[in-house]
This record gives sequence, C-alpha cells and structure tokens, in this order.
Amino acid sequence: MNSEKVIFNFFIVLALTLNFGFVFGAIEDPSHHPVYELFAVIVVNLIATILKFGDRTQVGAILLSTSLVALLQLFVAAIIWFVANYVTGSGLTPAVMASIVSLSAGAVLANVVSVVLLLIETVMLRR
Amino acid sequence: MENIVYVVFRRMRQPLLTLLLAYSISMLGLVLIPGQDDAGQPWHMDFFHAFYFVSFMSTTIGFGEIPYPFTDAQRMWVIFTIYATVISWIYAIGTLLALIQGEAFQNALTVGRFARRIRRLTDDFILIVGYGSIGRELVMALTDRRQHVVVLDSDQQRINVMKLQNLREDVPGFSGEAANPDNLTRAGLTHPRCAAVIALTNSNAVNLKVAITSKLLRPELTVVSRADSAEVEKNMESFGTDYIVDPFETFAMHLSIALQSPGLHLLGEWLGGNAHDPLAEPIYPPQQGKWVLCGFGRFGKAVYERLTKEGMDVVVIEATPGKTGTPQAGVVIGKGTEAATLMEANIDNAVGIVAGTDRDVDNLSIIMTARELNPDLFVILRQNQRTNKTIVKAVNANMVMHPSQIIANKIRLLLATPMLQEFMSLAKGEEDDWACELVSRLIAVSSEEVPDVWEMSVDETHAEAVYMALTTLGKVVTIGDLERNPRERKRRLPVIPLLMNHRDSLILLPKKDQQVSAGDKILWCGRYSVQSKMSWTLQHPVALEYVLQGTTEPRNWLFRRLTRQ
Repeated sequence: MNSEKVIFNFFIVLALTLNFGFVFGAIEDPSHHPVYELFAVIVVNLIATILKFGDRTQVGAILLSTSLVALLQLFVAAIIWFVANYVTGSGLTPAVMASIVSLSAGAVLANVVSVVLLLIETVMLRR
Repeated sequence: MENIVYVVFRRMRQPLLTLLLAYSISMLGLVLIPGQDDAGQPWHMDFFHAFYFVSFMSTTIGFGEIPYPFTDAQRMWVIFTIYATVISWIYAIGTLLALIQGEAFQNALTVGRFARRIRRLTDDFILIVGYGSIGRELVMALTDRRQHVVVLDSDQQRINVMKLQNLREDVPGFSGEAANPDNLTRAGLTHPRCAAVIALTNSNAVNLKVAITSKLLRPELTVVSRADSAEVEKNMESFGTDYIVDPFETFAMHLSIALQSPGLHLLGEWLGGNAHDPLAEPIYPPQQGKWVLCGFGRFGKAVYERLTKEGMDVVVIEATPGKTGTPQAGVVIGKGTEAATLMEANIDNAVGIVAGTDRDVDNLSIIMTARELNPDLFVILRQNQRTNKTIVKAVNANMVMHPSQIIANKIRLLLATPMLQEFMSLAKGEEDDWACELVSRLIAVSSEEVPDVWEMSVDETHAEAVYMALTTLGKVVTIGDLERNPRERKRRLPVIPLLMNHRDSLILLPKKDQQVSAGDKILWCGRYSVQSKMSWTLQHPVALEYVLQGTTEPRNWLFRRLTRQ
C-alpha cells in the first residue's frame, strides 16, 4: 500500500462526495445548500487539483483537466453567490440558488469523470 | 518548455498545498467565530469577507479590521492566522526562487532554449561534435565561408570559450555527453537541414558512437570522423562512415609530401588554400642528408615513421623517453632547447630540423638555438596555438605546420569539394615534374592569388542546357567547349579541368576533346568569378548553342520560318 496513492484517491473521492452533498436537496431551497459546504467543496477541489500537478502521463493530463473544469464551475457558482449577496443585494432568491446549485451539479459531473478515470486506471494496472 | 512547466508544478505541489490549507483554515475560523457590528449586535463574517481579509492580511498588505472592528476572540484567531499564512507564503515563494535558481531548472531552460534554436534553423548546417583545437579551427574555417555550424561538446568550458570567440556566424553551442544519442538529436542530427556530422572528440569510443548513431538515424548523411588507430578506422569503415581522418597520420603525410615532392605540396597548398590568399612561395627542402626531429609524441612518432619509410636518416630528441617510448636507434635525451643536446644530436652535419613538440615556446627556442649552431638548416616548425601566430611568423621558419589547421582544412575540403581529395591521391602517383608543370599552368590562370576550385555536375539542376543537349538533342559536348568564353567563343576561360568522373571512371586532367556525358562530374580550378561565367554555358540553351556552333538560332517561330527560307 502506498500512502501517497491513499491521500491522492482520498481527496479525489472526497471532492466528489462533498460536491454531491452540496447539490443534494431541493434545487431552489437555500436551507438545503449550506454555504459552508460550498466552501469545503472548493477547498477540497483545489487540493485535488494541486495533487494532480506534475503527472506527465496521458491519464494524468485528463485527470487534471477534469479538476480544472470542476473548479471553473465552482468558482462561477461562488461568484454568483457573492454577486447576489453583495452587489445586487437581492439575496438568495430561488432563481439565484437554482443557478448556483446547477453549476455545482456540473462540477459533480466533472468529478464523476475524474473518479471513473481513477477506477479505470486502477483496474487496468491491477496493482 | 513543456519539461519546465512540469518541473515547476511537481516541485510547487507541497508549498501550494500548505498555502491552500492555511488559507482555508484561517477563513473557516473567521467565519465561525462570532463578532459584533457597529451597533453591538452579534455578527458573523461571511466567506467573501473572510477571503478578502485573509488575502490582504497574509500578503502583509493589511487594510485593517473590516467591515467592523474585531472582538478579542477574533483577534486571537487572527494572530494565529497571520503567522500561519505569512509563513506559508514565504515557504511558497522561497521554494519557487530556489527552483528557478537551481541548476536542474537552469539546465532544463538551457536545453529547451537550445532545442528551440536548432528547430528554427532554416539553412543547411553542419553538426560538429568535439570543440578541441581541430574543432576550433574547423568551425572558424567553415564560418568564414558562411557555412552554418552547430557545436556539441561535453565540456561547458569549451562552449563558453566558443561563445566568446569572434566568429563570423552565430554558432549555437551545447554542452552535453556527445555519446548520448538524445544529445545528438537535440543538436540537430535528425533536423532535415543537417548536411553533415563531424566527430572530432579525442576519444575513439565517442567518435565511433557518434558515427554509428548518425549512420543509423540518417543513413544518407555525410559522416566524417576522427580515428586515432587503424583498428577503429576499420570499424568505422565497416558501417559506411564517409570519411575517416587520422590527425597524426594526416599531419605526417602532409609533412612527408612537403619533403619528398615539393611540387605536389605546392599544388596542394594552392588548391586547398584560403580564398584570395596570395599564392604560397615554392620551397625546396634538402632531399638528402640527416634530419633532427624534436619531440616523439604521437605527432612525432607518425612523422618519424614516415621519414624513415622514405629512407631518411632521422635522429630523435625527446625529453621524456619513459613516457613516449623511443625508436631503436638514434635517440638523444633532452628537450632540444639547449645547445648541448643539439650538439649531441650532431646538428652540425644535419640538413634539417623538425621542431615538433607540443609547446610553441620550446619549438621556437629549439629553432633559435639550432640556427645559431648551424645557420644553413632547413627548419620545419610545428605551431600548436593559433594565438602564437605573430611570434611564429617572426622566427621565419622555412615551413610552418599547424596540425589542427591542416586537419581542419582537409575536412573542410572533404565537405566542400570531395573530388579534390581524389585528385590529390591520384596526383601522388605522378612524378614531381608532372606536379611542377601543373603548378606553372596554375600560375597562368590564377593571377597571383589562390584559385577557386569547384565541382560541377552535369545534371538537370546544375547544368540544364548541357544536360538537355546531351540527352534529348543528342549533341556532342567536350571539355574544350565548356572552357570557351560564352561571350566570345574564340577566347577561352582561365580554367583547368583537374579531374573528371566520366561514367564512373576517373580521368586525371581530361583533354580538350574529352566528351562529356550526362551524369558526369568535373572538378575545375580557375580564377574567381569564372564559375559564374561558365554557368551561362551550362544553363542557358542559347549560350550553349553559340559556344558549340558559333551561331544563334532565332528563338521565335516567325524568325525561324524566315531564316529557313
């Protein structure tokens, strides 16, 4: 067993599960989607991205790109959250909440791809 | 470049993770710890403000406690976060700086930059492996002729020296193990404009590796290699190395030709000389008598072997016979710089002296001492360093031999005019009178300066008109026709055809009535600018017709009809 592999896989799977947890619930209801969870999702996704740096293989490149996609989606969601609260001052209306959650749902998809790739690589290598 | 990005990413993983962790913990703490707004009501910082605060705090910009003054609980947390985030930043920046200044990173940068430069080369270039004294002379000789070269040497110091040298062309240089095929590829071996590879390192094994790598990766490439032993030479021949040069043997051969057949030596000097140099004066070394040879290193041994083979009586003076070994007879131990040693070698009765040690100062001293003892000596001086040119000139030796230059010149001629090499080896079989006669013909055509020597091939690109006349029109073209002046056919161009490759057989000094056939190659020698005059005959059908028949046929249909009637 390789501790580096454990940490690597841990964060990638955690990025997916947290992301899923944030998205889970009624799409327009702010109380189903706590902002702390969004924060945690972004931090864990950042960690996962940094861990993927420097891998020169083809799979490594795809893993990195899926993480970058997830980050992009999450950043946009966070910016929408910020704009709704501080720039327009409209607060978390159902429409705003729906767009935040749907963007995060996109990030879930990217994270799913990432985990699937990880599984494929593991199965192929059988190590 | 790709390489560098990965190096940076891999090394920055740890610092970036630390920074991210410090940021997120600080932000989380600020969000969770309750504060007070200006009205004294409980207030929680949100993630946006927490990120804003941590961002300016951690970079030590410090805008203060916003949006409301902090409570003591918050301040305690901020104390912790200040140290955590600032230290993380210092760690990240420190790692990045160390990475950029590190040797590995700098190396990766240099390699990347060099590879990019080679990839962008758009002119034909020659790859020279090994930048020793021969390499240096060759690079100078080639760049003087506007030939692009790329240099690969395992010693960074030598590459630095090259970059400081005042060369006419910009020469990309790279230091890396020459025996490594990756480095050869990086230096442009597989580049489509790479015209030749020349291996000149002082290790036989490396030269062998370079030659074999080049022949495997690019079989059509011209490969020239230095080889110091007959065994390696045979090995290189076996896989098709185009030219193999033994520096010691080449030098000794050069010297022995100079002594044995002065005419041939003069011919070689003139034909292989530098463009526009004045013609060298003929020299007449004594043919009989005893010679003194100072220095019995690798050059000395090759010279000794040659001279004794030619039946000359040679006395060797050597300072360290234990290191170099000695011939069976006729050895005097000493440097040769003192009168006593020279007297012992019987300098009074000698006809000539070869000052052939590898130190210029010793050589000069030997000559000055020897001349005092015997003013009539014929003096041959070996020059080792190019920089000593002025003092070497001042001593006024009968012959100056600069081994590196001789060998570099030979390689240059091999690359530019390979037929000249064949001509010289055929000429060796002739009498010295033959050479002397040719020398006097050369004087007639060359007007006091070194003549131009060039190869001409009768093919579609280089001699279209002649090629068409021979193949489709079925005309007869002779060497004499080509020599005619395309402006006035009764006059002849100042050229001499030296060698002709006619239907795969070599003809030395072809006669005027020698017929030319398609695919032939001819080595010409003549005054400068004659080559361009001759190309009128070669390329222009009307000029060729005039040269052959003295008439010019009308070129359009109407005039052709009119003249026919």
